[in-house]
Amino acid sequence: MKDMDKSFKKDTETEFPLREEMRPHQVTAPDGQVIDIDPLQDYFCQEPPKVHAKSYFKIVEDFYNWARAHSLWILGFGTGCGAIEMRPLMTPRFDAYRYGIQWRPTPRQANLLVISGYLSVKTLKRAIRAYEQMPAPKYVVGLGSCTINGGMYWDSYNTINKFDEFLPVDLYITGCMPRPEVLMAGVLELKKKIKEGRADGANRYVENFEWYKANQKRVIKNWNMPDYNW
Amino acid sequence: MSTATDLLERFGTNYRISEVNEQKADLTFFKVPKDQAVRLLRELRDDAGYTHLAFLTNIDYIERGIFTLNYMLHNYDTRHTLGMHVDLDRDNAEMESIHNMWAQAATYQRELREMYGIRFPGSPRLDDDFCLEGWDQIPPMRKEFDTAAFSLARFYSRDGRGTEDPREHMKQQLYPTHTDDAPEGGN
Amino acid sequence: MTFEWIQIPYALLTVFIILNYGMIMTAIMQKIGARVGGRYGIPVWQNYIDLVKNWALRTKITHGVMFYLGPVFRLTGGLGLILFVPTIYGSVMHQNFSYSGDLILALYFIFFGTLGMALGAGESGHPHSAIGVSRGLAQVTAAELPLALAVFSISLQYQTLNITEIVAAQQGSIFNWTLFTNPLAVIAAMFGFVGTMMRSPFDVVLAPQEIPIGPPTEYHSAYLALMQTNRVIFPIAKTIIYMNLFFGGATGWGAFAVKVFALYFVTVFIGVVHPRFRVEQSIRFFLKWGLPVGILAIMAV
Repeated sequence: MKDMDKSFKKDTETEFPLREEMRPHQVTAPDGQVIDIDPLQDYFCQEPPKVHAKSYFKIVEDFYNWARAHSLWILGFGTGCGAIEMRPLMTPRFDAYRYGIQWRPTPRQANLLVISGYLSVKTLKRAIRAYEQMPAPKYVVGLGSCTINGGMYWDSYNTINKFDEFLPVDLYITGCMPRPEVLMAGVLELKKKIKEGRADGANRYVENFEWYKANQKRVIKNWNMPDYNW
Repeated sequence: MSTATDLLERFGTNYRISEVNEQKADLTFFKVPKDQAVRLLRELRDDAGYTHLAFLTNIDYIERGIFTLNYMLHNYDTRHTLGMHVDLDRDNAEMESIHNMWAQAATYQRELREMYGIRFPGSPRLDDDFCLEGWDQIPPMRKEFDTAAFSLARFYSRDGRGTEDPREHMKQQLYPTHTDDAPEGGN
Repeated sequence: MTFEWIQIPYALLTVFIILNYGMIMTAIMQKIGARVGGRYGIPVWQNYIDLVKNWALRTKITHGVMFYLGPVFRLTGGLGLILFVPTIYGSVMHQNFSYSGDLILALYFIFFGTLGMALGAGESGHPHSAIGVSRGLAQVTAAELPLALAVFSISLQYQTLNITEIVAAQQGSIFNWTLFTNPLAVIAAMFGFVGTMMRSPFDVVLAPQEIPIGPPTEYHSAYLALMQTNRVIFPIAKTIIYMNLFFGGATGWGAFAVKVFALYFVTVFIGVVHPRFRVEQSIRFFLKWGLPVGILAIMAV
């Protein structure tokens, strides 16, 4: 790092204008009625998330955790090179369906978000939205060294370095790039954590909500969505 | 003398073509001044059969104070590729847009606008975000932008990161008893 | 036929048996599909785990009243189909609420779930849901045409709209089945059967690669669990109708299990070897091949 430029321009606190469709505007209905719209207020639910307690009875919670562990639905969301390592798990060679793992195309039905490689700032925004739309309890797995410390992109202007600053990570899988076997082993490890009730990322996210949001907004400069995407 | 060199000589009567470099049998580079570039591109496309714009990219020569735009054209009949270099002033980079000749050029120009800050007046959606959303620094691909320092300042680095020289490291791994005095086998 | 209170627990028992049978059978069918693809496939109890998991999710969000009612309507379609159709012929316990005009009601209930889903998915506001629903309605409508014609045909043949009587007319020998007495109607109805089972090649409604999962895009947790329940009940219920109308009904649970499995397997068999049809292709397919056969069936009677 000896070639680092000391005269580097520090982060200027510039305000980013909202995109045009996100600014408050007026819409004329077909019958001539004029409606004021503030998209950020009207289109989204503003309610903050809350911590969800476990079941009252331990045995019920254990049963639920067992079911959750054996029915992991992965969001079909791929970033970076790891996305191509995830696909073989569906094929006859690895066949993750044996373990109750499925891929769901929509975040509403998924429980597991696999960040499969480097995460650019633009994608981070989408990843956060997808994560927040998933129903709790939800789990996050960081795949590959890029999510841990930036990997070979540690000095890139556009990829984040520490993924656990932005979303609560339950499990990291090291490697660059990990092979599908390793991903499989990681998911099985996650199942153990879920069964023991230690994978409680959704509640951790809510408890440290301010910290996570501050980190996210520090990196994502054009924040044009509500604080929590329901 | 290849047909491409012939072609460039023929155009040389009307255009100030310089630095012709025939790299391979099917790849030739040359340079034209900025004010003649788009006119020559149009002529190459319409008359000489270079109908495909393979890519449009930019090289940052910070020590010479110029940007060099690189228009890559391909001729499907002769399977020949022409690379056209155009020098721009680095501090006030502006170039005529070619989005009305090749529609895909608009995307390249958007990218160049975002990554280098080159302006292409008239190009559609030029100032919209392309890859970077909410970018608040100088364009990141300009060489004066220190990307490592920026990454440290904004993304923080995780402790415990080390670097190894690959050559030394692999030597240690494979031949732990190896000393530099020993002759290197095979080389 | 008179109503007695004991029919209610009996009917619930029927639903319970069908639910469990459906859970395991769909899993086995998925396993067969997986084996065709060279995979090992899911465990047979996977459907139960998924159901528990979906009930156990902690956050649920809603998009409005119809969003709640969508899955409820869908499940009503499946349950209603079971409750008003005699499941086992000659059994007092599993006769359910069958009555003299139940064939008409059954035809209505086949469509009811899709309509309810259209309302619920529309309320969710997701564009993929709307696309999926409009495709689904178009395709189901086209696929129902041959079925409706086949039903007209056999109601002409047997001179009744009561499913029990139709089943009764088919008893005795395998050659009394509608399959042999009116083969054209059966062929026409099988067009409708394959078309409405939401399996490949007629599953463009769900099309996970193109419009992520279609109508249920926004559904999650308990809503999804309801729809999953319906997804195992409804095909069975539909298969029961087909079994009763065309394949001689079932006189016991054993015959029931074998016949439903065999009928359901027809769609799986077609599904694993055929790629997906686009909507206009499938509609054209039904109108071109299904409809003439249905008309022929009526004329033959």
